[in-house]
Amino acid sequence: MTTAKRAILLAPLVDRNPITLHVLGICSALAVTKSVTTALVMSVAVTVVLVLSNTLISAIRGFIAHSVRLIVQITIIASLVIVVDQLLQAYAYEESKQLSVFVGLIVTNCIVLGRAESFAMNRPPLESALDGLGNGLGYSLVLIAVGSVRELFGTGSLLGVQVLPLASEGGWYEPMRLMSNAPSAFFLIAALIWGMRSALPDQAEPREADSPTEKAQR
Amino acid sequence: MVERRANGGVWRRFVSVPNDRLPKALTVVGFVCFVCSLLVATSSVLLRPRQLANRAAERARLIGEILGDVPGLEELTQGLGSIRIETRLVDLESGGFVEGGEPGAFDARTAAEDPARSRAVPPERDLADLGRVAREAIVHIVFDGERVQLVILPVYGQGFVSTIYGYLALDGDLNTIRALVFYEHAETPGLGSMIEDRRWLAQWRGKLVRDAQGEVRIGVAPGPVAAGTPGAVHAVDGLTGATYTAEGVTSLLRFWLGEDGFGPFVKRLATNGGDG
Amino acid sequence: MKHLDLFVQAAFVQNLALSFFLGMCMFLAVSKRMGTALGFGLAVLVVQTITVPVNHLIHSYLLREGALAWAGLPDTDLSFLGLVTYIGVIAALVQVLEMVLDRFFPALHAALGIYLPLLTVNCAVLGGSLFMVQRDYDLTESVVFGFASGLGWLIAIMLLAGIRERLRFADPPAGLRGLGLTFLVVGLVSMGFMAFAGLELG
Repeated sequence: MTTAKRAILLAPLVDRNPITLHVLGICSALAVTKSVTTALVMSVAVTVVLVLSNTLISAIRGFIAHSVRLIVQITIIASLVIVVDQLLQAYAYEESKQLSVFVGLIVTNCIVLGRAESFAMNRPPLESALDGLGNGLGYSLVLIAVGSVRELFGTGSLLGVQVLPLASEGGWYEPMRLMSNAPSAFFLIAALIWGMRSALPDQAEPREADSPTEKAQR
Repeated sequence: MVERRANGGVWRRFVSVPNDRLPKALTVVGFVCFVCSLLVATSSVLLRPRQLANRAAERARLIGEILGDVPGLEELTQGLGSIRIETRLVDLESGGFVEGGEPGAFDARTAAEDPARSRAVPPERDLADLGRVAREAIVHIVFDGERVQLVILPVYGQGFVSTIYGYLALDGDLNTIRALVFYEHAETPGLGSMIEDRRWLAQWRGKLVRDAQGEVRIGVAPGPVAAGTPGAVHAVDGLTGATYTAEGVTSLLRFWLGEDGFGPFVKRLATNGGDG
Repeated sequence: MKHLDLFVQAAFVQNLALSFFLGMCMFLAVSKRMGTALGFGLAVLVVQTITVPVNHLIHSYLLREGALAWAGLPDTDLSFLGLVTYIGVIAALVQVLEMVLDRFFPALHAALGIYLPLLTVNCAVLGGSLFMVQRDYDLTESVVFGFASGLGWLIAIMLLAGIRERLRFADPPAGLRGLGLTFLVVGLVSMGFMAFAGLELG
């Protein structure tokens, strides 16, 4: 693979991660991370849709009238999501029940539409496919990271396997119930962003106004 | 290159038309719609049998779980061989078995929406907010020889924000609850969804449906149930923060165990046994 | 009473933004100033109140299994077309809304500008319709749910905008500045909204 293509694939993993830098795809990143299994299934679904939608949209990018491009993109994405949803209901029934409406919401996942509009509409199919794959993987990384922490500390298990023996079943681990609830996802992603931006300072946002401490020191 | 040039004329002309021109835009959009429709319709039709099989397997697994709760059933099934499970179609009004029907293909939800196979429930008797109810229902009966060991009834009704679907298992005396499980609902996660909690569901075991006068008294209490009080044998602890879901459970149980539900069937089964 | 409780549930306890995280992308992008937050939230409210009942009608009379009985096709189940249909309805409605605003409220139209087309792909709007289908609401409940969930989203985004306006003057570590801090705050607000869970009316 050429360096340019490798860059397209690898950049979204950390440097230009769709969730932590571009703030896209947050909705599902927060909702489906209660357990690693659901996070994993969602990640695969989104990545598949991303790759296919990017490729298809890129293939017909030369023919779409400018005024209807958004609706054409949405139609293609929605159709792909329906197919993926049907496949999940057929081959991964348990997981699809847990994901419920969130598989359908992949249609409005900002990442999918965002990459279609900003990348696939302007670049050839192969590069678009790689970009889709890269962003899908970047998205998956965040989802699985958050999902692992939430499942491990929220229920003491990972991928359904009990790792920390629960106090209610004779062990010592008292699960952190907060992890099973919505707010924990926010806190975890905040921590993740903090970590990433401390390690990669150019991702940090610039100051918007003078801070009180600076003012006082002047 | 040669092939391209043969039909290059038409294709080239098509490509060179500006995308915003109406005929071309319509053609492109129409083409996209056609391909997408084909894709979606094909996948849905092809995958449907598998999806239905999944749902049926899920249902069977739940029933298996209920049956697994019956102590000694495993050993009995292996040892005596006189234990068998029958799935039968029941006419709700008369309470008798329907001969010749196809219990395996019956779907209560579709039947309830078909005017020919359902009836409207009068609002004052519609405890579970169902609107229409199918005239027939399937039941699963566990026989030990000719004796009824266990009866499993599908029950459903309006919860707080969704319809709750489950199975109720009654002992051979047709009054003691053996088990209750819910397999489908969209109640509030963490609150109403507690109706799936194993420990709460375990409370139902041993509760009595009807009191000495024959009135259906089973239900979820508003709060914790104090053991020893007169109503305790008919109630389980309430669910904090999920009052309406709990009320939905009480309502649907009382509906299906009452005259508009399986009441007539249970009465007939008690008198006639497995002959219905 | 039941509808009042549905209202409270949809607006607060099961707030689309803070409990289900729907519409977050736009939430975070738009909530920096209270003025834009109010405008965008109102747009979501209007779109939600209209699309949920409309999608309910389409689902009931066209897509659901057996819905086409009135046309002589009782065995057809078109529910798999739901996704594309609902989003089509939403897109059409947003387009109409844009034209109405442009004609009758040009100031608001100028303020909301680019955000309006984004309503089409707002998870909260599509999510509302999907929840309506999943929970089997009837028409009245759909209207209540559409209005309540839109209102809840509006309240959440206004809350967040107000807090973020103050946060501009805060002095967090560089890595937390902006997005990180916003997430922390949203998490805390989300915890606050969980307090509504024990609320009972009547």
